[in-house]
Amino acid sequence: MKVVVCIKQTPSTTAVLTVDTGGNVKWDDPGGKPNVLNPWDEYAVEEGIRLKENHGATDVIVLTAGSEESQEALKTSLAMGCTAAILVSDAAFSGSDTTGTARILAAAINKVGGVDIAVFGKQAIDGDTGLTPMQVARKLGWTPLTYVSAIKEVGGGKITVERLLDDGKETVTANLPVVISVVKEINEPRYPSLMGIRKASRAEIPTWGAGDLAVAGGAGAAASKVDWSNIYAIPPRVGSVEMITADTVEEQARILADKLFEEKVI
Amino acid sequence: MSLYFNQEHEMFRQMVRRFVENEINPHVEKWEEDRIFPAHELFPKAGALGLLGITYPEAYGGSGLDYWYETVMLEELGRANCAGIPMAIAVQTDMATPALAMHGTHEQKEKFLKPAIAGTAVFSIAVSEPDAGSDVAAIRTRAEVDGDDYIINGSKMWITNGTQADYLTLLARTSGDYGFKGMSLIIVPTDTPGFSVSKKLEKLGNHSSDTAILSFDNMRIPQANRIGPEGMGFILQMQQFQKERLAGVIMSTAGMEKIIRMTIDYCRQRQTFGKPLIDNQWIHFKICELLTEVEALRQLAYHCVRTLVAGEDVTKEASMAKLKAGRLAREVADTCLQFHGGMGYVEEYPMARYFRDARLLSIGAGADEIMLGIIAKYEGILPGQQK
Repeated sequence: MKVVVCIKQTPSTTAVLTVDTGGNVKWDDPGGKPNVLNPWDEYAVEEGIRLKENHGATDVIVLTAGSEESQEALKTSLAMGCTAAILVSDAAFSGSDTTGTARILAAAINKVGGVDIAVFGKQAIDGDTGLTPMQVARKLGWTPLTYVSAIKEVGGGKITVERLLDDGKETVTANLPVVISVVKEINEPRYPSLMGIRKASRAEIPTWGAGDLAVAGGAGAAASKVDWSNIYAIPPRVGSVEMITADTVEEQARILADKLFEEKVI
Repeated sequence: MSLYFNQEHEMFRQMVRRFVENEINPHVEKWEEDRIFPAHELFPKAGALGLLGITYPEAYGGSGLDYWYETVMLEELGRANCAGIPMAIAVQTDMATPALAMHGTHEQKEKFLKPAIAGTAVFSIAVSEPDAGSDVAAIRTRAEVDGDDYIINGSKMWITNGTQADYLTLLARTSGDYGFKGMSLIIVPTDTPGFSVSKKLEKLGNHSSDTAILSFDNMRIPQANRIGPEGMGFILQMQQFQKERLAGVIMSTAGMEKIIRMTIDYCRQRQTFGKPLIDNQWIHFKICELLTEVEALRQLAYHCVRTLVAGEDVTKEASMAKLKAGRLAREVADTCLQFHGGMGYVEEYPMARYFRDARLLSIGAGADEIMLGIIAKYEGILPGQQK
């Protein structure tokens, strides 16, 4: 069984996002943390490794579409236990919307060949769309299984998973191949070990460009259906403080209660 | 990335940082309140990630790497929300086991170093005594030969991890009554009859780390547990002290920078007389002075690491760094607390804990005055030792 884990390198969770008046977005981390493996994708990587440990997967290939710098997130995934990594990177892919990214990832998964399960995190912490897993499934023509909180069984060409929904859980069985997106309840991601880090840092990661992939429908800024016409920061909320003064605590409490009632807080 | 650290170091740094954020920081409040942390739960987690044997041979579960990797780990431990746990881990990695790793026999390493690296055994370094702290030559705990064994009697004080250690790396007198000669380092299992914890000590700071007075009453320990030749204990311990001091310097440097940056954040937010505190020249100039001192100390520490990795003697420079670190930590703690005002004095904010914890650095692992004596000796200006 072959598993592909699709990941993204994102700013760290402690990075502070700022948008200047020109709509330029900047992520700055006061703690000096570099970009990291998207935290949601850590669960996907962990589940990919568990598919190898618990369900007999032979290959767990971590895949990302991004800049050269994204190799760091791939190496983190290798250090955790993925068996191979592939970087898809090409200037021609720059400016892709989620549909374009899905086309690129689907083409890469097809090029890997023989993939039974593609695992994604629920969403990325920077774009926050959560669209890519479903769009990749559509491009591949595979069954999408979203919000997966447990993989119950894999075998006989089928997979049984538990999905965590707003109103409860449901158990679903689907024929392989499938695309699954996982939620954080599925596992506790392991730390990359020191020896894993040493091995991963020496790994040679192949880079696939536009010439290596048959991206149906195109990708990159020109093929993008989404236009970021205006990016702006939400104005900070303006608050005010009012001190309630009265002769007694009881009177202060009565005035406070009246005000809360007027503001429909209570 | 820097002159000293490559991508592999940085990946390792992120892993240790995550370990600190997930496995230490969320528990600090409780462990500080409990006056102890569960070493037998935390150490196996650290061991599984390879944190407890970075420089030790792969044959015993270590990673066989140089001290730059240890430096990365110590820097990240130093950024934890307390000093107690990092100190306890450094006791395991840089204080109680270096002599064992360097001078122990294969059998000793199999039996003692392997579980130390795995984190399944907790170690303490047992050198100080009620009447012999920094004055190591004055220790009185005796190990008398009896057949193939030693019979050990005496007591040790200020022993970190002391109430929960499985093994002590014990410095005992095997001959003579006073002086540097006649001491040996011996690995002592704490389940040996005659061992007892006399008292768990209440300290000013480092509350999450347990510190104890230990007593030995006719403990029978095989001579096979002695590290190196008999009578070489003092020299082995002095070598071991260099790692201990350097570890303290590296951890505290990272801790100082963290607390200064926390103070900057506070002074940016705190408004007084219609402007942020940081806008006062006295405050931002003083902070810049402290950052400059911390950076200078860090570079001295890196110089020590380079010297150590090159296999050269680092005693003088490590002693200088330790002296400077202890004094600077006190200045950083005092200045940053002052800039926090009342918030620095209450337990709701991390500043008060840092103020308490920082004070140990000028006392533990050889007090400032001992460092001055070592430096004076190396400079040939100790009375009676002039060049």
